[in-house]
Amino acid sequence: MADKLKFTIDGVEVQAEHGQTILDAADAAGIYIPRLCAHPDLKPIGSCRICTVVVNGRPQAACVQPAAEGMVVENDTPEMLEHRRNLIDMMFVEGNHFCMFCEKSGNCELQAMAYRFGITAPQYPSQFPDKDVDASHPDVMMDYNRCILCTRCVRASQELDGKNVFQSIGRGFGRKIGVNGRQALGDTDLNVDDRAADPTICPVGCIIKKRVGFEVPIGERKFDHEPIGSEIEKG
Amino acid sequence: MLKEAKIKKICKRFGNDRTRMMDIVREIQQEFGYVPPKYYDLIAREANTHRVEVQSVVSFYTFLSDRKKGKIIIRLCEDIIDKMAGADEVAAAFERELGIAFGETTDDGKFSLEWTACIGMSDQAPAALANDTVLTNLTPEKVPEIIQALKKKADPQVLVTECGDGNNADQLIQTMVQNNICERGEVLLGDYDLEAGLRKAIEKTPEEVIEDVKNSGLRGRGGAGFLVGLKWEFTRNAPGEDKYILCNADEGEPGTFKDRVLLTERPDLVFEGMTVAAFAIGAQTGIVYLRAEYAYLRAFLEDVLNRRRAAGLLGNNICGKDGFNFDIRIQMGAGAYICGEESSLISSCEGMRGDPSDRPPFPAIAGYRVAPTAVNNVESYCCATRVMDKGVDWFSGIGTEKSAGTKLLSVCGDCERPGIYELPFGVTVNELLKKVGAEDAAAMQVGGPSGQMINPSQFDRAISFEDLPTGGSIMVFNKQRDLLEVVEAFMEFFAEEDCGYCVPCRVGNVLLLNRLKQIRNGKGVTEDMDYLEKLGKATKRMSRCGLGQTSPNPILSTLENFRPIYTEVVRDNTSGLQKSFDVLEAMEQANEVTGRQSVLFHA
Repeated sequence: MADKLKFTIDGVEVQAEHGQTILDAADAAGIYIPRLCAHPDLKPIGSCRICTVVVNGRPQAACVQPAAEGMVVENDTPEMLEHRRNLIDMMFVEGNHFCMFCEKSGNCELQAMAYRFGITAPQYPSQFPDKDVDASHPDVMMDYNRCILCTRCVRASQELDGKNVFQSIGRGFGRKIGVNGRQALGDTDLNVDDRAADPTICPVGCIIKKRVGFEVPIGERKFDHEPIGSEIEKG
Repeated sequence: MLKEAKIKKICKRFGNDRTRMMDIVREIQQEFGYVPPKYYDLIAREANTHRVEVQSVVSFYTFLSDRKKGKIIIRLCEDIIDKMAGADEVAAAFERELGIAFGETTDDGKFSLEWTACIGMSDQAPAALANDTVLTNLTPEKVPEIIQALKKKADPQVLVTECGDGNNADQLIQTMVQNNICERGEVLLGDYDLEAGLRKAIEKTPEEVIEDVKNSGLRGRGGAGFLVGLKWEFTRNAPGEDKYILCNADEGEPGTFKDRVLLTERPDLVFEGMTVAAFAIGAQTGIVYLRAEYAYLRAFLEDVLNRRRAAGLLGNNICGKDGFNFDIRIQMGAGAYICGEESSLISSCEGMRGDPSDRPPFPAIAGYRVAPTAVNNVESYCCATRVMDKGVDWFSGIGTEKSAGTKLLSVCGDCERPGIYELPFGVTVNELLKKVGAEDAAAMQVGGPSGQMINPSQFDRAISFEDLPTGGSIMVFNKQRDLLEVVEAFMEFFAEEDCGYCVPCRVGNVLLLNRLKQIRNGKGVTEDMDYLEKLGKATKRMSRCGLGQTSPNPILSTLENFRPIYTEVVRDNTSGLQKSFDVLEAMEQANEVTGRQSVLFHA
C-alpha cells in the first residue's frame, strides 16, 4: 500500500492519508470546501450537506466521504455553488434569523457563509416558525429561532465533555435539539465551561453564554476581518 | 408505585438493554396508552441510557406518543387511494359519531382519531386500523355500527365478523383483510415444495449458493435493484464473527401491499430464504423488521417461527447440518416510512430513532451492531428460496435479460380488479392495464410516490429495472382525477415522513409542498413551474438518503409528463406583484390588534 493516495479536486492533484475524508484532505491542501455541520474537533455527520461535492459523478458529503485513489472530485463548479446557495437559503428560511440584532453577528458561520456566497436575501419564502427561547440555565441560553440542527452541540457534549446534554428529537420539519433534563436546559448537567457551550461549537447564535454579550464590538469580530474559509485557503 | 413497577418489569423483560428500546417503549405505550414523559428518567435508568435518548425515540415514531391517547386509537389511512375511495366521508362520520376531530381523544379516554400514512390496504380502501385490527372497505354507513360495537366492548376484534380468504382466517390472524390475489406466477404464488430450496442449498458450499444467487440475476425487490448475490458475497467476505440477516418487512411506499400477502400466504418461503442467506453468509441471527401497521400478522408469524424451530429448520444444527445455527426474531416497527431505508431500519432495530446512516461503511461491512449485515426485502428472500429449488437457469429464464424473475405488483386506484399480480418482468403497462381492467387509464404512478407518473403515450413501456422500476406499487388514475391533488398528497406524505436529518430534505420538501398548495389555490404564476423544477432538482441532488433523492419525483415527473395540469392553473404575472401574497390576509392580524380596518387595504 502506498503511503499516500492521490486524487483530484477540480483538476488539482491532492494527497490524502488512508481513511482521511475528502474534506480533511482538501483542508490540508489549502482547498476550502464550505461546511457548517463539520467541526475539526468533532466526528462528521453530513447533515448540512453544504460540503457536498461531486465524486466520480455522484454527489457525496465531503466531510464523511473517505478519499480514494484516483477519485475525481468536483467542488467549485457552477452547479455546486448554486446548490450550496440553495441550502444556505433553506437554512435561513426554516428558522428566524435576524442578523441585525443577533449577538453572534460577525462570528456566525451561517451569516459568514451567506456573505461568502453573495447572498443578500434568501430566494425562498421565510417560514416564520414558532420557536422557543430557553433561558432556564444560569449561565447559558438557547434561542431555537437560530438553530440549524447541525448537532455540533450534541456531539461536543458526548465526544468532548463526556456528557449527553443534547440530542435530536422529533422528526421532519418539527425536528429540534432536545435537552437531557426534565424540562429545559437548566435541568441538565451542562456547565458553562463545557465545550458544548463554547461559542465556537454552535455555528450560529443558538447557544450563547449569558453576561458576555457584545464583549467584542461588531466590526471587530472574526468574519468582519476576512471571509469564512480564509484560514484554510491561506494554507 | 404500581406504574413504576410495571415499567421496571417491561425493561427487565428486554434485558434492561438500551438496544431494545423500541420494544420497551412499544410495550409501555401499549400498557399505558402513551409513554409518560415523567417516566423517561426511570426508563433511561433501567435501560442504562439518558432520558433525552428515550424522548428521541418516542418523538420519532408516529405510533408512539408522549400524550395519553384513547384506549382505542382509530387510524384512518390518508393516502390518495383511500381519499379517492371516500376516506374523507368516512372521517366525517367518525367525527360525528364520536364528537371529536381528528387528532383528538374523547373526554372519557376511550377513543382517539388519527390520520395515518398508507397502511398497505389500498386494494380494499378506505381502510383504518383500530389499534392492531384492520378495518377495510369502510363506508360512512358502517361507522355508527363500528362505534356502537366498540362502546359495548372495547376490543376491536369484535368488528371482525367475517374473515378474509386464505390464511387471513387463520386462528392467529382473524382479519377481514382479503388477499386479492388476481394472478399467480410461477416463482412466488404458484405451488412450491416446502423446504426444497433450503435442503438443496445446504448440499452446496456457501460459496456455491452465493454464486447461484448471483448467476440467477436476482435483484433486490425493494426497488433499488442491487444484485442480491453480490450483497451476500460482500457480507460473507466482510471480516467479523457475528453476522446478521435482516428482512425488510416495512413496506411503507404508498400503494404497496405485496409483502402483506407474502407474509400471510408465504411466510415459510420468507423464513426459508433468510435461512438460505444465513447459510451462505455464515450468520447466526436474523431479524424481520415488521411494520407496525402489520402487527396483526405478528402472532401468526411467531407461530410459524416456532413451528420451524420444532421442525429443526431454525435453531442449532439446522436440517441436521452440524454447526449450522440460525434463529430469527421479529422486530416491530412503530410507524415511520424512513425505516424502509436499510440503514434507518438497522438504527431502528438497534433501538434508536430511524435516522439513516452515512455510507460507507455499507451494512454489508458494518450494519446491525456494527457487524456485517445483509438487508433484503421480503420478496427477495422468497425469490432466493425458489432459485435454490428450481435452479439458476429456470429463474434467469423468466423476465428480461436485466430483470430476472417475476415481480409481485400491488395494483390499486381506478381499475376494476385491484389486487396482487405476479407477472414476469418486462410486462408492458398496456398489458398490465388490460389485466386489471383499466384500459381507459389517464395516468399511472409506477413505484409509488417516490417513483414516477407516466402518461398514456408511455404505456408501451415495460415494468423492469431498466425501464420502469417499482418496488410493487402501481396506482391507476382515470381522467376524472385531479392529478395536482394526487401530487399534493404525495408531497404531504414526504413532508410528513422525512426524518429531518439533512437540510435539503427537511426544508426542500416543505417549500415544494407550500408552493404546490399556492398553485392549487389559484395563486400560481408561470415562474412557479421553474421554481418547482429547480428546487426539486436541488433537493434530489443534495439530499442524504433515498427519501430526499426521490421525494421531488411527484412534481418533477408531472412537470415532465403532465405539464398541462400546471399550465392550466398558473397565470402570467403581468402586474409585477407577488401573486402569492394576499394583502388582505396579511392585514388580518393588524386589524385584530387595532380593532379597525386598514384605511388603504380593506375588503
